Amino acid sequence: MTHGPTPSQTVGPFFGFALPFAGDANAVDPGSPGALRIEGQVLDGAGDPVPDALVEAWQADAFARCRTDAEGAFHFVLLKPGPVTAPDGRTQAPHLNITVFARGLLRQLITRLYFPDEAAANAVDPVLKLVEGPEERSTLVAANDGVGKLRFDIHLQGDRETVFFAI
Amino acid sequence: MIEQRKEKDVDPPYLYPDYRSTVLRAPTRPMVQIPPDFHETPGPVFGRVPVRELDHDLTLQHDGQPLGERIILTGRVLDGAGRPVGNTLVEVWQANAAGRYADPADQHAAPLDPNFTGAGRCLTDSGGHYRFVTVKPGAYPWRNHHNAWRPAHIHFSLFGPEFSSRLITQMYFPGDPLIPYDPILQSIPDPQGRERLVARFDFDNTEPEWALGYRWDIVIRGRSATPIES
Repeated sequence: MTHGPTPSQTVGPFFGFALPFAGDANAVDPGSPGALRIEGQVLDGAGDPVPDALVEAWQADAFARCRTDAEGAFHFVLLKPGPVTAPDGRTQAPHLNITVFARGLLRQLITRLYFPDEAAANAVDPVLKLVEGPEERSTLVAANDGVGKLRFDIHLQGDRETVFFAI
Repeated sequence: MIEQRKEKDVDPPYLYPDYRSTVLRAPTRPMVQIPPDFHETPGPVFGRVPVRELDHDLTLQHDGQPLGERIILTGRVLDGAGRPVGNTLVEVWQANAAGRYADPADQHAAPLDPNFTGAGRCLTDSGGHYRFVTVKPGAYPWRNHHNAWRPAHIHFSLFGPEFSSRLITQMYFPGDPLIPYDPILQSIPDPQGRERLVARFDFDNTEPEWALGYRWDIVIRGRSATPIES
């Protein structure tokens, strides 16, 4: 017997009192060796901040999530992952799977964060290669933002609309 | 033959103008399809999300009892083959019985309840069962359109065994007269899909002199499950 999947619904505007918990944005302690801080902003089609989004970062063995603030800003503290072997045997460049929930999103958005110091690996990454156009691909690569810091903005719409994935 | 579950129409579209907030937030470019097996690797790690023993009882989080109709909400988390998903995190949040969230952003002119926050967590047992004790949330107005009211609902967040099984959704109550008027629920194209978000009254779990029972099962995605033979 098959069971139909339960449909998705928006996280709504009023989850901020319920889902966040202390340290939820930190997959590792901020002081630990190699800890990388990633900061970004979620922006809507008018270029306005999205203050009621929940952004999650997924690694093979770690998870972090962050509710955006009034400026649409989120952050994570985590360790940079290594390369991952794809099911077809090819090597995927180091990346984070990113999930975005928000008021106005009836289901989650899925994107990927790639690392700016991995140009060679990114050039042959089997998922990045599915994305047409250098500008589109560039929406998936974080920018250096100082020592141990990266910046990764998520544009839901607009000229710099982030590439999102169906899985 | 292996049946590919047709999931295209299960979830709502990103752009659903009747729900106004989608208009500036729904991406406009087509999604890039990643081969499905790229996300079969099991293991969402939510070990850092704290779950305490009484987190499943939203009526015991303060000194007194919350106002409202006490309910016992139970159900199972299943995969597409109907098998239980054990040891998975279930998070819930909701408005109080008056239709007000304990969230600073909620400005609805209904009273807060000092004995109710409206947030809970639990892990499913090996049979995929979850159980929450809470009060039935009230309907509340929102500014989506003239005289817009959300039907009573409880928000659910689930992880499941892999990245693609992540689900955030809402559970509704049977017989709620606001259901046909709610663009968020009506955004789901398939009527059967909409029905799957409505709990059923559960007399077997209703406790005399104490609380009404409701039952709601949740089916999450996950391709690491054995494919279904048809």
